[in-house]
Amino acid sequence: MKVLTLNFLTCARKTCKQNPAAFPLHPKEAELEQIETDINPLFIQNMLPRLDWEAMKTVTNELGLPNLPLETPTAEALVDESSGEPSQTLKDLHSLLMETSVASGKLVCANCGHEYAVKEGIANFLLPSHMV
Amino acid sequence: MEYLIRFAQLHETFRKPETDSLAELTGVTIDWEFYSEKSPYSIVRLDGGEWNSARARNLIARSILATGIYELWGAGTDYASLHADVRRRTQAVWPECYTQSFRFEIDAFHGSRSTEERRRIYESFKYMGFIGGVDMSKPDNQFTVFEEYQLDAVGNAGPEPIRLYLGRAVAESGRKAVNKYNLKKRKYIATTSMDAELSLVTANMALAAPGRIAYDPFTGTGSFPLSCAHFGSAVAGSDLDGRSIRGAPQRNVATNFAQYNTSHLYLGGFVADVTNSPLVQRRFLDSIVCDPPYGVREGLKVLGSPRIELQQEVILQDGTPAHLAPGYIPPKKPYSFFRMLDDILAFSADRLVDRGRLCMWMPVAGAVEETGSDEAIVGGETEFAIPRHPALEVLSVCTQDFNKWSRRLLTYRRLKDQDINQTELATYKEYRKTMNNDEATQGHRFSADDLNDFRRKYFQGFKDGVV
Ligand SMILES: [Zn+2]
Repeated sequence: MKVLTLNFLTCARKTCKQNPAAFPLHPKEAELEQIETDINPLFIQNMLPRLDWEAMKTVTNELGLPNLPLETPTAEALVDESSGEPSQTLKDLHSLLMETSVASGKLVCANCGHEYAVKEGIANFLLPSHMV
Repeated sequence: MEYLIRFAQLHETFRKPETDSLAELTGVTIDWEFYSEKSPYSIVRLDGGEWNSARARNLIARSILATGIYELWGAGTDYASLHADVRRRTQAVWPECYTQSFRFEIDAFHGSRSTEERRRIYESFKYMGFIGGVDMSKPDNQFTVFEEYQLDAVGNAGPEPIRLYLGRAVAESGRKAVNKYNLKKRKYIATTSMDAELSLVTANMALAAPGRIAYDPFTGTGSFPLSCAHFGSAVAGSDLDGRSIRGAPQRNVATNFAQYNTSHLYLGGFVADVTNSPLVQRRFLDSIVCDPPYGVREGLKVLGSPRIELQQEVILQDGTPAHLAPGYIPPKKPYSFFRMLDDILAFSADRLVDRGRLCMWMPVAGAVEETGSDEAIVGGETEFAIPRHPALEVLSVCTQDFNKWSRRLLTYRRLKDQDINQTELATYKEYRKTMNNDEATQGHRFSADDLNDFRRKYFQGFKDGVV
């Protein structure tokens, strides 16, 4: 599961949905995997406005990855001004969002404490009856 | 200046909506001057007029149900009228083709021509004066004579074609992908995997494209996400059944993406239930594509249990909670198919970006008959209503017929907030609230059979046939 996905996942419990503490889920004992792929500037540019940047910063910090800029980068910041090539910011974002995956570990809801297991890159969000 | 789009003569109700979707995606304006579900040949005008090969190629490049696009050099009801029309339309273009190589071929629908007849037909175009020579493999100009014959009541073709066209080839479609994604060549599939052709058509209808995200909440072995990734979209999928995503070590959803070299677009798969989705309520998806389970075999299930004792936390004999034990399988409860469709629409309205699309399959439970006008669904069985949501505009309803049943592909577009009818939205919200309250206060009174109209129909009505 690529790190980008973590920005779209919250606690599956209905009672947690409205609570800001339920997002983002916090990675625990996470094993990361890095697989190099071609950079896709259009995709990163399109995703920027859809990301919750505070959650991005929290999760990268908790995964022990390099710190992100304080604010969401602008579309202009993705291109190197002089060369027109992908900027370092774009390369870093691509590497983080699209090349880094959570292979295993847990995703923890800070509101209810429920831990969702991640195995072989697949997170399990099924809830026991008393949590539905 | 028109174009002829050559379609495959199958999945007829999908062809126009697929092309219209690609027109939206490529920003081409398309006017349908002639289209019939009985014919593989349609005539269109693009961007209001002039021929523009780049635009035409763009429009058709990823089409699955078209085979190609041609400049329309002439149309007629017999060879005399065809030749007259070719002169009228293209005489001015001939000089630039004089010294270029060319090739003629015949595409006869419901008909055939002998080698000798073909030769005579090709020669009848000699007046155009091309001297560049015939090149069978890579001609500068590829001309196709399209002949359409009419079938009589018993299916025999008439002696002469009723419609004829001459076209100069501009571009082939993306139909080759159907072979590439053929389920027989895919390492990991299940009995319910959607076939490659309609799966790719669905991805086209969903406007899957580079820079976008598509999601399938009933992903199974990943057919729809694979098709969306074929067109460059990033994709994610989830399923209530984790086994379908995990598969086996060398045969699973992730290895399917590896097989088609689209792993870089696979954001991931997770195990989840649509009624308790872990996806945030934020508008970040461009496409939602799905073929929800009809519950034919097992009855539909969602998380939860109708048994009171299971609505509390279960403690095992050793004092630990049951849900933390390894191999714990959460109980599931029956779920109405129609309630599920409603839930999918509500979920989509909350998560699709403006103009984002939901493409959802559902059974028709009735036969589709042509009435001369638009598609009308009649027949013995009661037709299922098309689920609606005030924020989702129905763009197209396409039908695939099997021997004993039919299914539909519904395509919706997420309206911009300012375009949503507020009265409808208020009524809709009230209805959802009432429904949720009824479930909460009255419990789960229904059996799976009562809840699932389709399932009941399946067992009562289709018993005599194979689905
Ligand atoms: Zn929670």
